[in-house]
Amino acid sequence: MSDAKIKVSIKNLYKIFGTDPQSYLEAVKQGLSKTDLKEKHNHVLGLKDINVDMREGEITVIMGLSGSGKSTLIRHLNRLIEPTDGQILVDGEDVLAYNDDKLRKLRQSRMSMVFQKFALLPHRTVLDNAGMAPRVRGEQKATIDQEARKWLDRVGLKGFENSYPHQLSGGMQQRVGLARALTSNAPIMLMDEAFSALDPLIRTSMQDLLLELQTDLHKTIIFITHDLDEALKLADHLVILKDGYVVQQGEPQHILLNPNDPYIEDFVADINRARVLRVGSIMTDADHATNEPDGVVQTRDTLESVIALAGGDTNKAYRVEEDGKTVGHLEMRDLVRALVRPHAPVDGVRAS
Amino acid sequence: MATYDFLFNALGLREWCNAHAGEKITGLAALLKKTKGESNAWHETPFPSLNALNDACGAIPRSGDFTRMLETGFLNIRGGLKLVLDPLTQPLSWMLDGALTLFGAIPWFILVPLLLIAALLVSRSVQIVIFMIISFAILLFVDHFEMTVETLSIISVCTVICVVVGLPIGIAMSKSDRVQNAIIPVLDMLQTLPTFVYLIPLIFLFSITEPKLYGIAIILYAIVPVVRLTNLGIRLVDRDVKEAADAFGMSDMQKLLGVEIPLALPNIMAGVNQTIMMSLAMVVIASLVSAPGLGERVLQGINNNELGVGFIAGFGIVLIAIILDRVTKAALSRVNAAHH
Ligand SMILES: Nc1ncnc2c1ncn2[C@@H]1O[C@H](COP(=O)(O)OP(=O)(O)O)[C@@H](O)[C@H]1O
Ligand SMILES: [Mg+2]
Repeated sequence: MSDAKIKVSIKNLYKIFGTDPQSYLEAVKQGLSKTDLKEKHNHVLGLKDINVDMREGEITVIMGLSGSGKSTLIRHLNRLIEPTDGQILVDGEDVLAYNDDKLRKLRQSRMSMVFQKFALLPHRTVLDNAGMAPRVRGEQKATIDQEARKWLDRVGLKGFENSYPHQLSGGMQQRVGLARALTSNAPIMLMDEAFSALDPLIRTSMQDLLLELQTDLHKTIIFITHDLDEALKLADHLVILKDGYVVQQGEPQHILLNPNDPYIEDFVADINRARVLRVGSIMTDADHATNEPDGVVQTRDTLESVIALAGGDTNKAYRVEEDGKTVGHLEMRDLVRALVRPHAPVDGVRAS
Repeated sequence: MATYDFLFNALGLREWCNAHAGEKITGLAALLKKTKGESNAWHETPFPSLNALNDACGAIPRSGDFTRMLETGFLNIRGGLKLVLDPLTQPLSWMLDGALTLFGAIPWFILVPLLLIAALLVSRSVQIVIFMIISFAILLFVDHFEMTVETLSIISVCTVICVVVGLPIGIAMSKSDRVQNAIIPVLDMLQTLPTFVYLIPLIFLFSITEPKLYGIAIILYAIVPVVRLTNLGIRLVDRDVKEAADAFGMSDMQKLLGVEIPLALPNIMAGVNQTIMMSLAMVVIASLVSAPGLGERVLQGINNNELGVGFIAGFGIVLIAIILDRVTKAALSRVNAAHH
C-alpha cells in the first residue's frame, strides 16, 4: 500500500529471558512453546520470529494485551534490550553491530523515546527536562533552551518552563515527555504506551496533538498501545502481537475487515465499526456503479458520517472522491454489510 | 595424679609427654588444690581443656601459651604490615594534626562566628544558630571550648574522609551485585563488633601517640552508614528514569552525576548524618587511645572518680551532638523538599 522508504526493519527477531537463552534458541525455533519453555526450562519466551518493516514518516502501531511483548519489542529498537537472535536495521544499518559509542549517538540524535510513566527528572525544571537530549549531546546552553522552549510552546506548555514535574498534572507531564522527545530532533520516535496512564479525555487530546504534529513533522513513529481505538486512530501500519509473536500485521482497516485469528476477532468485536471504518476500505470500483450516485463522499470519511449523510437510507449510493478525483463507488447496502462482524468471537479467547 | 593421665597412658604417649614436657608452670588454682589435698570427686572432673590436658601431659600447651603464641605471631607480621600501612595512613595523621593545630590556632572570637555562618548556610535555620550561640557561650564560660574545638576538628576530618572513601565504595556496590555481596559482610562486621574490640589490632599496629590510630578507629566505625545508604539510594532510583537516561544516550558518567547521585541525594545525606553522629560517638571512646577533646575529660572523670569533670564534658558532648544532628537534618530536609 505504502511505498515510503523503510526506516526501521526487524528481521527474525527472537528474545528469550533467562540465564542461558542461547541454548534454548534452537528448540524455540523448532517450535518449543512458551509454556513448555517456562515450565520445563524456567526461561521466558519474550519474542518469537518477529519481522516488521517500519516506514519513514508513518506511524507503526504495535498492539497487544499486557504481557504480549510490546515493551520488549520496542526496547530492541534502541537496544535497551539485547536480542537473543535476529537483526535490527535502522536506515539499512545493522544496529547490533554498533559499538557503545555509535549506539549512544543513535540514542542521542536518531531515536527519541516517550515513556508510559513519563520518566522525567524530578529535580530538574520542565525546561531542563525538555532539553535533555541536546544537553546529553553537549550542545550550548543557549541553543538548548531556545530549542526546548520552542517545543514546549508547541505542545502547549508555554509559561511552565520553570515549574518542576511534580507540580504538573499527568497530562502535562506527558506533554513534557513529548517535548523532550521532539527537542532531540530525532527522526524516529518510540512511544511505549505513552498515553495509557492518562484519563480518557486527556488521552484523546494527546492523540490529536500527536496527529497534528505528525502532519508537519513526518516522523517515523513506533507507537505501542493495548487499546484498539487508539491503535486504529493513529496507525498507518498495525502490528498485532500475542504471546511474543506477530498474529497479523498490515493496513488497520484491512485487519479490521479481515481478521485472521480469533484473538483479533475478539479484539475487534467490541469496536464501533461505523466510527472506525472508512469509505476507502469498502468502496468498489467506479465502473461497478449500478445506481446513479446520490452524492459525493471522500475516501477518508468514516462510515458513520456517510450513514448520517444518507439519513439511514440503505438504498442510496455515493461517488467516492479523493483529492477531487473520482476513485470509486459506494453502495449503502455494502456499507451495512461491512458493519456486520465477520465471525462471532470464539469461546474462551475473550479476555475477562 | 591428673584426671586425664589414663588417656595418655592408654594411647601409649606417656614417653612422648615426658620427653617433650615444657617447664611446668603451676597455676594458682592448682596450687590451691595441692594445699587442700587431691580430690577426685566426680563432680570436679574438669573439661578436657588445654590446661587440664597439660596437667596430665606436659607436651600439651596451656591456654596461656596459646594466647602468647597468637601474640608473637601477630608481632611477627606486624613489621611487614606496618611497612605497607604506615605510608598509606600517614596522611591521616597529618590531616588530624593539621586540623587540630589550625582550628586550635584560630581565636574563639573568629572561630565562633565562622561556625555560626557555616551552620546558617547549611541549615538555613535561625533557631539552630541561636541554639549554637547559647551552647558555645556555655562551653566558653566553663573553659571547655578548646576541647570542643578539638572534638569538632577530629569529627570534621574523619567525616570528610568517610564521605570521600565511602561514596565511591557505595557507588561500586550499587553497580554490581558481586561487589555488594562481597562488601556487605565487611560492613556488618564493622557495625556489630563492639568498638573496643577493633581498637586492639590497631593498638598493636600503630603507636598510641599517633593520631592516625584513633583516626582509623573512628573512620572504620563511622564509614558504614554512608556506604550503605549510597548503595541503597542509587539502587532505589526510579528504574524508569534510569531507563530514560539510557534511552537518550547518556554515558555512565552522565547518568551517575546527572541522574543517580542527585536522585539518591536524600539517602546519601541521611548516611552522612549518621556518619557524623557515629564519629562523635567513637571520638569519645577513642579517648582511650589518646584522642584529644571532650572525651578525654569524660575518661578522666571515670578514671579519677571526678563526677563534676565527667559531667560537664558529657554535657558538652550532648550539646555538640544536638547541633551536628540538627544542622545535618535541616540540610537533609532541604534536599528532600527540592525533590518532591
Ligand atoms: N527481564 C525480564 N525477565 C524475564 N521475563 C521478562 C523480562 N521482561 C519481560 N519479561 C516477560 O516478557 C513478556 C513480555 O513482557 P512485556 O514486553 O513487558 O509485555 P507488554 O509490554 O506487552 O505488557 C512477559 O511475559 C514478561 O513477564
Ligand atoms: Mg509494556
